[in-house]
Amino acid sequence: MPSKIVAVGKPLVNRRTWTLAIIIAAIVILIGVAAAGVFMLPDAYATNFENKNLPPSFSHLFGTDWMGRDMLARTVKGLSTSILIGVLAAGISSVIAVILGTLSAVMGKKVDQAVLWLIDMVQGIPHLILLMLISFMLGKGLQGVMVGIAVSHWPNLARVVRAEVLAVKNAQFVQASRKMGRSRLFIAVRHILPHVVPQYIVGLILLFPHAILHEASITFLGFGLSPEEPAVGVILSESMRYLTSGFWWLTVLPGAALLLIVLLFDAIGDNLRTIIDPYSAQE
Amino acid sequence: MKKGIAKIIAENFLRGVTLLIAVVIVTFLLANASPIDPISAYVGSESAISEEQRAAIAEYWGLNEPPAGRLVSWLKALANGDMGRSYYFQQPVTAVIGERFAQSIMLMGVAWVLSGIFGFLLGVISAACRNSPIDKAIKTVCLLLSSSPAFWLGLLLMMVFAVKLGWFPLGLSAPIGKLAGEVTIWERLHHLVLPAVTLSITGVSNIALHTRQKLIDIMESDFMLFAQARGEGKWQAIRRHGFRNILLPAVTLQFAAISELFGGSVLAENVFSYTGIGQAAVLAGTHGDTPLLMGIALFSALFVFCGNMIANLLYPVIDPQIREVAHAK
Repeated sequence: MPSKIVAVGKPLVNRRTWTLAIIIAAIVILIGVAAAGVFMLPDAYATNFENKNLPPSFSHLFGTDWMGRDMLARTVKGLSTSILIGVLAAGISSVIAVILGTLSAVMGKKVDQAVLWLIDMVQGIPHLILLMLISFMLGKGLQGVMVGIAVSHWPNLARVVRAEVLAVKNAQFVQASRKMGRSRLFIAVRHILPHVVPQYIVGLILLFPHAILHEASITFLGFGLSPEEPAVGVILSESMRYLTSGFWWLTVLPGAALLLIVLLFDAIGDNLRTIIDPYSAQE
Repeated sequence: MKKGIAKIIAENFLRGVTLLIAVVIVTFLLANASPIDPISAYVGSESAISEEQRAAIAEYWGLNEPPAGRLVSWLKALANGDMGRSYYFQQPVTAVIGERFAQSIMLMGVAWVLSGIFGFLLGVISAACRNSPIDKAIKTVCLLLSSSPAFWLGLLLMMVFAVKLGWFPLGLSAPIGKLAGEVTIWERLHHLVLPAVTLSITGVSNIALHTRQKLIDIMESDFMLFAQARGEGKWQAIRRHGFRNILLPAVTLQFAAISELFGGSVLAENVFSYTGIGQAAVLAGTHGDTPLLMGIALFSALFVFCGNMIANLLYPVIDPQIREVAHAK
């Protein structure tokens, strides 16, 4: 009996360590996938007509497609492209969000109105349509997708930044600091920035899954990357043709891998929030 | 009281109209900056035309004018309801949009209602059985669904229900080889089920998680405690006091999701080859049909705008507090 009581009273790892461990594990996996895709030799997913349409096995974990290409290699390569595009585009988008959000909170009512109006305008067109429009107008290809995602994803984060800056700006300690003669720069760097940065980081990380999903969707629809390049969207849209042939692994596994990547990003964002948020960090 | 509400609505409306005008101009600028040559796109790659003919078409279309002049003439045409001609469909853009939208609105409407009802119910059940296995299951499923790509879910559904089980047709919005007039309503519904389910799945998780959180907050409030102390059962209390409080945020969220719905329908329609407006948008994009794509972009903006307007009109009807604020003004 005593051993049981001890087991209940003292968990093996404390919660904070556990949360940190999840974050680090997720980051390692994501970087691993991205790096594996970047450094992968084209031989890994070369066509090999001897191994056409093999179901998953130990030599080909994700099976092979109708040209005998190893699906695991293609999926990893595609995911790596998606991760890189998503991270880069979401990063650009978040910079736009911070600049506009801060301007809107600091520069007075007219600028505020203008920024809010801009936010409404971007949100007035459905994301996917806007993405299609931009990537079409820029001439399909990687940069069209990148610009499209960067331009269409900032409004939510801009709202968050704006609200955060507004709340801190009028807080008593900032007012007091101003009355004591602190310069605007000092207030911005020492008082406002520390409040905004955590929110910004969490918001940025939670932008990634959106960006990646939209990248996959737009490629799936035939915009963006060319059919020869292995991208998850391309793989899934090709697999549509083999749906009736019973080659389930062409559809199920790459999609599940994409889902896993998105979940990993979500896990990082959510766990980071619990650590950063002072209310839940003390639990 | 009427006057206060009218003023709020008028302000919203004006704001919306300026937004629409801005969308129109941005769309024009994007098309203007595009590297696609409208004459080559119009003629097609198969047939070649001489330089003189090219110049004549450019002259006829007013392509030699400065962009500002073209914008004005385009706006004039737009005001008359003329969006130009779709190269791909060889029909006026307005006709294509009208025809396609009639198909899409069925799909979107069904999906919208389904996701609203199911999401709300799941959220309520989950909150009422908080921390039970049911709650955990609902939460996990919702989180999984909200993170999975919508088109992949569509493909999975198609694989299971259309290919394996053969319950539903593989795609299209009506049986192949039938005239539009001969298609019965049942055949249409039969073709609608899978795309509509796919489209509603992504909306469900959002509204369910939101409703769950709101209801949990309310169940912890004092008036719920009081209601239970008076002897009301859990479900009775939720029905009497919970629903009224969570309905407004749920409705707001559902109307705000209209923009997502439009984007989602592009994916769902393409997976199932459903001949709706989303599929037309993709065809336009992949075949260099600029007028159609612009028309659809404008139309989608109008659609989202209408959704937001309806939501704004509904608030005072549902929420007495907003009515009161409007009255006080």
